[in-house]
Amino acid sequence: MFAFVLTRIAQGVVVMLVVGFIAFSLFNFVGDPVALMLPPEATQADRQAMREALGLDRPFTVQFANFVTNAVQGNFGISLRLGRPVSALLVERLPATLELAFVAASLALLVGIPLGVYTGLKRNAWSSRLLLTASLIGVSLPTFLIGIFLILIFAVWLGWLPSFGRGDTVALGAWTTGFLSPTGLKALILPSITLGLFQLTLIMRLVRSEMLEVLRTDYIKFARARGLTNRAVHFGHALRNTLVPVITITGLQLGSIIAFAIVTETVFQWPGMGLLFIQAIQFADIPVMAAYLCLIGLIFVLINLVVDLLYYFVDPRLRIERAGAEGH
Amino acid sequence: MPATTLIRAATLSVLLAFGLAAEAKTLRWSSQGDILTMDPHAQNEGLNNTVSDHIYEPLVTRDKNLKIEPALAVSWKSINPTTMQFKLRPNVKFHDGTPFTADDVVFSIERALAPTSNFSPYMQGITGARKVDDLTVEIVTKGPNPVLLPQLTEVRMMSRAWANKHGVQRPQDYKNKEETYAVRNANGTGPFILKSREADVKTVLVLNSNWWGKMEGNVNEVVYQPIKQDGTRVAALLSGEVDFVLDPPPQDIPRLKKDPKVRILEGNENRTIFFGFDQWRDELQYSNVKGKNPFKDVRVRQAFQLAIDVNALRTQVMRGLSIPTGVMFAPQSDGYDKSLDVAAKPDRARAKKLLADAGYPNGFEVTLDCPNNRYINDEKLCQAVAAMLAQIDVKVKLNAMPRATYFAKIQKHDTSFYMLGWGVPTFDSLYALQSLMRTIGQGGDGNFNLGKYSNPKVDAAIDAMKTEMDLAKRRALAKEALTIHKNDVGHIPLHHQVIPWAMRSSVSAVHRADNRMHAKWVKID
Repeated sequence: MFAFVLTRIAQGVVVMLVVGFIAFSLFNFVGDPVALMLPPEATQADRQAMREALGLDRPFTVQFANFVTNAVQGNFGISLRLGRPVSALLVERLPATLELAFVAASLALLVGIPLGVYTGLKRNAWSSRLLLTASLIGVSLPTFLIGIFLILIFAVWLGWLPSFGRGDTVALGAWTTGFLSPTGLKALILPSITLGLFQLTLIMRLVRSEMLEVLRTDYIKFARARGLTNRAVHFGHALRNTLVPVITITGLQLGSIIAFAIVTETVFQWPGMGLLFIQAIQFADIPVMAAYLCLIGLIFVLINLVVDLLYYFVDPRLRIERAGAEGH
Repeated sequence: MPATTLIRAATLSVLLAFGLAAEAKTLRWSSQGDILTMDPHAQNEGLNNTVSDHIYEPLVTRDKNLKIEPALAVSWKSINPTTMQFKLRPNVKFHDGTPFTADDVVFSIERALAPTSNFSPYMQGITGARKVDDLTVEIVTKGPNPVLLPQLTEVRMMSRAWANKHGVQRPQDYKNKEETYAVRNANGTGPFILKSREADVKTVLVLNSNWWGKMEGNVNEVVYQPIKQDGTRVAALLSGEVDFVLDPPPQDIPRLKKDPKVRILEGNENRTIFFGFDQWRDELQYSNVKGKNPFKDVRVRQAFQLAIDVNALRTQVMRGLSIPTGVMFAPQSDGYDKSLDVAAKPDRARAKKLLADAGYPNGFEVTLDCPNNRYINDEKLCQAVAAMLAQIDVKVKLNAMPRATYFAKIQKHDTSFYMLGWGVPTFDSLYALQSLMRTIGQGGDGNFNLGKYSNPKVDAAIDAMKTEMDLAKRRALAKEALTIHKNDVGHIPLHHQVIPWAMRSSVSAVHRADNRMHAKWVKID
């Protein structure tokens, strides 16, 4: 057990180093921040001085070593665009992204699972066919298009919901929340639908196909033969057994929701980390880009670690096999 | 029933009372990017200067027509060729209540001169300031400086006491890992006071009721919210969530013009787009021509100019949002001459003949470097020009890049043929002439002369302009430099950019060529 966790953590560290290296080396190709930071009229000497001040003149390996040392301490330097420490900026933006991701993921689960069960049970009903066809839209339409459509309908035509921003937020210590104000809640609706729609349709289709699979198995037939109610068979036996892959996918998708919130955040001017990252790219704001990539890498590594550990606890076979292997 | 009526009546009267009291309005506006900092000397960037202008004030400023008018200085006179004396406006107070005096001017000039200041272009030739008495200050220059006043319009005044109190005596230095107090706090003398600032989300300014000037508009609160996505920004305007958009996307302008809820205000921008050539290498770098550089031959440059139809670019690429030109800077600049501002007439036959005379009867190949996110339709313009040049058998390879990589490349003179847009923040032609066509030298000479165009006669005229205090003589010198440059086809000017502003039809604003909206002139019905 302990060895298993250690191996996993070691692997995570290697992944993080690689992510850090990629993030760091990318910066040699995104452009010259000095050209953007100094006025066009600056002389070569000014540019050189700035380059030295930022440490951009040092050898690559030295720059990378410094980067890793600082990154481990959470120090990513100062944003070239906003003149503020990157860590402070990320901490400020994190709540917005996490709240959005949380609402989008909840939406996907709370709507996706029941719809999946429904279409799985009534697979020939016209309503199921309609839902399945509609779900194709969620899978195939690009996020920004969905966002723009929702804005057009609910903000421009109907005027019910805001087209951008997070509304009023309430500060709870370092955390700012949009859950506690009417405008904040209203502002969450369109972005979370936009962000969660893909996951919603994915979960729905996954649950449906798993349900169809499980309903064909022998133990369901036996359950029916025992005279259990439909309700007990469908929810007590069938749905329960479909949830293992759903949990796995949801866990992994949570990472994607956070990482791919970039598009949704840009469309809705949602002040989260993704928007910060997009603006950083345009300004060649290297420290922010580095920090963001590393943070997203870390989130994925952590989620994978947790999922792996969950398997270990959930699936008894894993434990037995491993114990056996060690015995020989 | 009567009760409801009573309530209705009461509500109505309350609303009326508010309506009458609330003569003043909130202006909610937006553009793509956010303000970078509140420090008035840290970032010389368009939007940043626009917002700084609401909070901080310079000694002299520009009016609706970009003419210079008094601001914190009420009058000025030249004491000797290198000293200008300013009388300061009495009884002006900073937002924190401290009075504005000569000490603050001396301090602010020194702060703008600091190495970490981003405003060095406006400080060129200025060596410092000295206090004469509380309301008199002298600004000292290295030599006679005919553009001192235009330069000073961008040098905003801070309070010395406030800066000392908060340790912001110098503009932010990127070497330090900490943000400074002035990044998110402000204390100026201007018509609006910074109320709150949340980067990338919202910046709120409120009216300064103690402001010395006269408010022509009725705005008492200004809310700036950046919206990066073009579609969302326009949607926010249409849904009434914002009142004013500084940068509506060009492709939406025709549609917005038809919407009765929206007003579009158009005017030329103080920015001119042109092409430049490598005129110094002995062998053209990115071309199939070996052993020589065709752009050194004026006939080749002429042929290129004759092949490019700027009016077609206006209608086909810019959707009418450009003003074709024959000069290198906007009409608002001093030194502009209408007689020279004639766009070249395209003449393909002559262009081909000139190419043949120069020894390229079958044309040649060259790479055109072009930005793709800096100027309006920049990449599309380059594509169209490549097609036009193909008609005189010049094969253009287009190399389009984002601004971050583009400018790093061309500023190293690593280009054979490039696009550039130049604005003149001083509204004085010297700024453009010196940067773009003066032979590379000291103090800003030729710092954006990326193809190294060089003509001693042009240099002489530009150098004379630097110290010539007589307006008529300066204008003659500018005309001389421009005429020679035009005959040399040193660059190929395309057009002045046109910048549309979009606003709710209830809003009226004053459009300026420097793309700066000022809420003091905004009226909301």
